[in-house]
Amino acid sequence: MKTEQIEVNKIRKSKHKKRWTRDDTELSLLGLPCFVWFLLFSYQPMFGIIIAFKTFKIAPGHGFLYSLMGSDWAGLRNFRFFVQSNAFGMLLRNTVLYNIVFIVLGAVIPVVLAIVISQIYNKRAGKVYQTMMFFPHFMSWVVVSYFVYAFLSPDKGLINGIIRAFGGQTVQWYSEAKYWPYILVFMQVWKTIGYSMVVYLASITGIDQSLYEAAVIDGASKWQQAKYITLPSIKSVVVMMFILNVGRIFYSDFGLFYQVTQHIPNSLYTTVSTFDTYIFNAIRTNAPIGQTAAASFFQSIACCVTILLANFIVSKVDSDSAII
Amino acid sequence: MNRLNRIKPATNVVFNLLLLLLALVCIIPLILVFMVSISSEASLSAQGYRFIPESFSGTAYAFLWNERATILHALWISVLVTVLGTVLGLLLTTTMGYVLSRPVFRLKGFFTYVVFIPMIFNGGMLANYVVTNNLLGLGNNILALILPLAVSSFNIIICKTFFKSTIPDSIIESAKIDGATQFRIFGSIVMPISKPVLATIGLFLSFGYWNDWFQSTLYITDGRLFSLQALLDKMIKQIQYIAGNPSAGASLQQYISQMPTEGVRMAIAVVVVIPIACAYPFFQKYFISGLTIGAVKG
Repeated sequence: MKTEQIEVNKIRKSKHKKRWTRDDTELSLLGLPCFVWFLLFSYQPMFGIIIAFKTFKIAPGHGFLYSLMGSDWAGLRNFRFFVQSNAFGMLLRNTVLYNIVFIVLGAVIPVVLAIVISQIYNKRAGKVYQTMMFFPHFMSWVVVSYFVYAFLSPDKGLINGIIRAFGGQTVQWYSEAKYWPYILVFMQVWKTIGYSMVVYLASITGIDQSLYEAAVIDGASKWQQAKYITLPSIKSVVVMMFILNVGRIFYSDFGLFYQVTQHIPNSLYTTVSTFDTYIFNAIRTNAPIGQTAAASFFQSIACCVTILLANFIVSKVDSDSAII
Repeated sequence: MNRLNRIKPATNVVFNLLLLLLALVCIIPLILVFMVSISSEASLSAQGYRFIPESFSGTAYAFLWNERATILHALWISVLVTVLGTVLGLLLTTTMGYVLSRPVFRLKGFFTYVVFIPMIFNGGMLANYVVTNNLLGLGNNILALILPLAVSSFNIIICKTFFKSTIPDSIIESAKIDGATQFRIFGSIVMPISKPVLATIGLFLSFGYWNDWFQSTLYITDGRLFSLQALLDKMIKQIQYIAGNPSAGASLQQYISQMPTEGVRMAIAVVVVIPIACAYPFFQKYFISGLTIGAVKG
């Protein structure tokens, strides 16, 4: 009896040891080019984090990598420099506050609109509205900046033209910082409203109609139907978008802040600068690369932490909706 | 929808008005820009930008036609980058998506991590710049516009979900029994029935490439490699950038003073926008299906 048991165990163990098959080789080769892409463009930059820990000096006559290896270690000096700089507080406030507003509006408005569109009688009209609202998504921020310019140009713009027609005082839009938080929030909602609404609408139309019919028989009002049937059905999509957005809370949509403001004139600097515009500017003006790297990696690390945190919190509350 | 469960007719009117208003707000900027581009310089100087100008004129477009060399060249770059980028991106994305969809594959766990981790941790703007510019030496190289944007984990997940749910294992098994290699299976069996996902990912990639201007701002200083979007970006500050070859004998000053500046600005924007504005309604359904597949956990 005992030897039979040992034999069975041996067979079980060898079945667990998967053999490398010809299939595995072929599949590995098939996935190899993409794997190489990830190595070059996703993972190689991750190693660049050591730039943030060094005081980079070009070794004359040698390439970048050699110079990097030969530069001195700077410990946390670059990070400290960045965090203690005047810019940091402003950048942190701008980036995070704008994102919070974007996330909240981006979760509420498209959902409401999707429910509204699903309720109107004329479905063809609904499709037309949807198509028109999807239009801004396909414009690049450069093109959008021209659109905004047509309205806000100080001497020719439509808005100033209307103000002048009513005898009012024209506004130097691109020099007055106080309007820009509203302008930027409006433009962000304008550009993304169609995209999100379309995703939620697709989920809503997938809901089984018999659920609604049963609810009506039970005497549910429209509000109750929305609250108990519609919203829970799209919950996982909304939550997933929410987690992904929170995970990007230290990143910003560079195009929005840089292009719509016409390349951030000085007058708007403290109101519209975000981490991304700061880093971009540092790259373009050849600022010491260690400091720029510290700023950039602060973003990456902070966002990694927030996305894991957001996912963790959601998984505790409702484990089906978490993405990890 | 069940007649018993409809909203009240009054509510329907309100909803329609609201939606109509929002929809108009979304496309009105394009209309304004278009009207400015066909306004005469005189009415633009006198009244500024209006929906209905005092007088119309085609001078802005005539001017652009004269300068078409610069624009056509930028268009060529945009088209080249978009086509090459989309093809490359499709190849890389679908191969990895297929590989990850196979139920028994020794390296599946490993590759899954490889694809998934960049969704959480990103090297950041600076590191990507250093890699593309310094380590790979792609400054002022058209590959800097193509390679970094070719692959996204999101697209791979869409592909994987599609392959997993649409390709019956039995087909693959019988092909293997017939002695086909995975390459053959991928090329001859999987690809032909993958038209929907190819269309969806292809469209995502195409629009991404066509609209990209950021890669140019970082890596391209050579005017011969400017795409349409990069051209627009340069012209925000320097309208005279459009003057590739000012007519012989005229100085730049004279040239600029003769240029219908205001109209030209908007005319170029119109030229860049119109193709997309006309094309996207037809591709909407592919976008929507791609987004919804991706939104369902892959």
